[in-house]
Amino acid sequence: MNEINLRKQLEEDRGELKRMILRLGRMAEEAISRAVWALKNQDAAVARNVIEKDDELDELAEGVDSACMHFTARYQPLGEDLRAVTSIMHMAIDLERIGDYGGNIAKVALDLADKELIKPLIDIPRMVDALSSMVEKVLTAFDTGDAEGAKTVFPMDDLLDDLEKQIMRELLLMMMENPQRIGQATQLLNVARTLERAGDHITNVAERVVYIYTGKTVKASAFRRPKER
Amino acid sequence: MEKIQISAKNVNLYYGAARVLKDVSADILEKNVTALIGPSGCGKSTFLRCINRMNDFIPSARFEGEIRIDGTDIYDRGTDVIALRRKVGMVFQKPNPFPMSIYDNVAYGPRLHGIRNREKLDEIVRSSLTGAALWDEVKDKLKSPGTGLSGGQQQRLCIARAIATEPAVLLMDEPTSALDPLATARIEELVRELKKNYTVVIVTHNMQQAARISDRTAFFLLGDLVEYDSTPKMFTSPGDKRTEDYITGRFG
Repeated sequence: MNEINLRKQLEEDRGELKRMILRLGRMAEEAISRAVWALKNQDAAVARNVIEKDDELDELAEGVDSACMHFTARYQPLGEDLRAVTSIMHMAIDLERIGDYGGNIAKVALDLADKELIKPLIDIPRMVDALSSMVEKVLTAFDTGDAEGAKTVFPMDDLLDDLEKQIMRELLLMMMENPQRIGQATQLLNVARTLERAGDHITNVAERVVYIYTGKTVKASAFRRPKER
Repeated sequence: MEKIQISAKNVNLYYGAARVLKDVSADILEKNVTALIGPSGCGKSTFLRCINRMNDFIPSARFEGEIRIDGTDIYDRGTDVIALRRKVGMVFQKPNPFPMSIYDNVAYGPRLHGIRNREKLDEIVRSSLTGAALWDEVKDKLKSPGTGLSGGQQQRLCIARAIATEPAVLLMDEPTSALDPLATARIEELVRELKKNYTVVIVTHNMQQAARISDRTAFFLLGDLVEYDSTPKMFTSPGDKRTEDYITGRFG
């Protein structure tokens, strides 16, 4: 194989790795948003479906891992190719984790499907809306090689933190009014915390995207508002 | 001039089609005790809960108007609202400690807000229980369950729990209605003490209680804020005949 053909083949394979990540990202986003939908609408069937689909997601994540190994063995990549392949391995782990979170939330949804909710869910779905648009942004940035676009994800994480705090405070108040709500309130608190963590994984992915296309290591915290206290 | 801490403007609240608060506007002064009185169903508790956005929990409730705490609209979807809403603590009608130790009851909120440092938590628990006039009675049994205390002590524990997150405003929804006269007297005494550090808004069914502990009193009737003035004025020479009728027991 001559050099030109080799480069062409490498790019094709890199394209395939990218497509795998895009697919994994979409699946992870779908898992988490459908899980919250099931929670809000108390739909046990959808919750069960999210849990069942988790295996598929894990499989794809493993597939990314072995494809990256093959890629490395075959091309011994350097420069952006090297950054891409190592980063993709990390990104797959972060995205798979988000998918797992979807499964965890679906389990809560399943448990609460036939119980009366202590409050209408408003801010939890808002957290998912914010997450979905973060995923969309970071995947588009990855797809189009847009490091600046990836950076726009960082400050969005502040909104997730704010919403989580708001939910926490609200649920605390509800528990104080009636301690019998502690069980369900704790479950909902965990859901909010899980969504906040999912946001952290997305910012990890965004950091990786910036690294692939610029070679520079950035920290999401530098783009966020300073912490309180 | 006293500072306005809470400012409500044209507050309307609907439960479905029913309008339970009608154009209520009132300024509540900092470090004052403001009593909300009126017959059952007049909207006083609903108004109190609006100050903490608790109508959010009721699917059919719809809020119109504006409530500002320290100048910030708490119904605004802006991001600084969260910090602001942390400024409000609440105590309910029934003493309802969490099913955990006295210490954990008070530390629960601060822990949720991310405080993990043991010494800091100890200090919060001590100062909150002191602020709620309960420290001396429980300092040697902080690990025993909160539910093992007497009703009055439980209510003071709930007050400690409410002030543990360092609010500026303390909302109390008929905090003594489930307590005996002695326990009630202790809470009343405590409320007078609390206003040194907090702005207290208290709903009460007991007019004498409002007269004893509050600086200003608001009288609600059928969702209207009929009259709102200094407590001595309200209970000696109210401006509205309906207030006069209510405080003299002609109805309600």
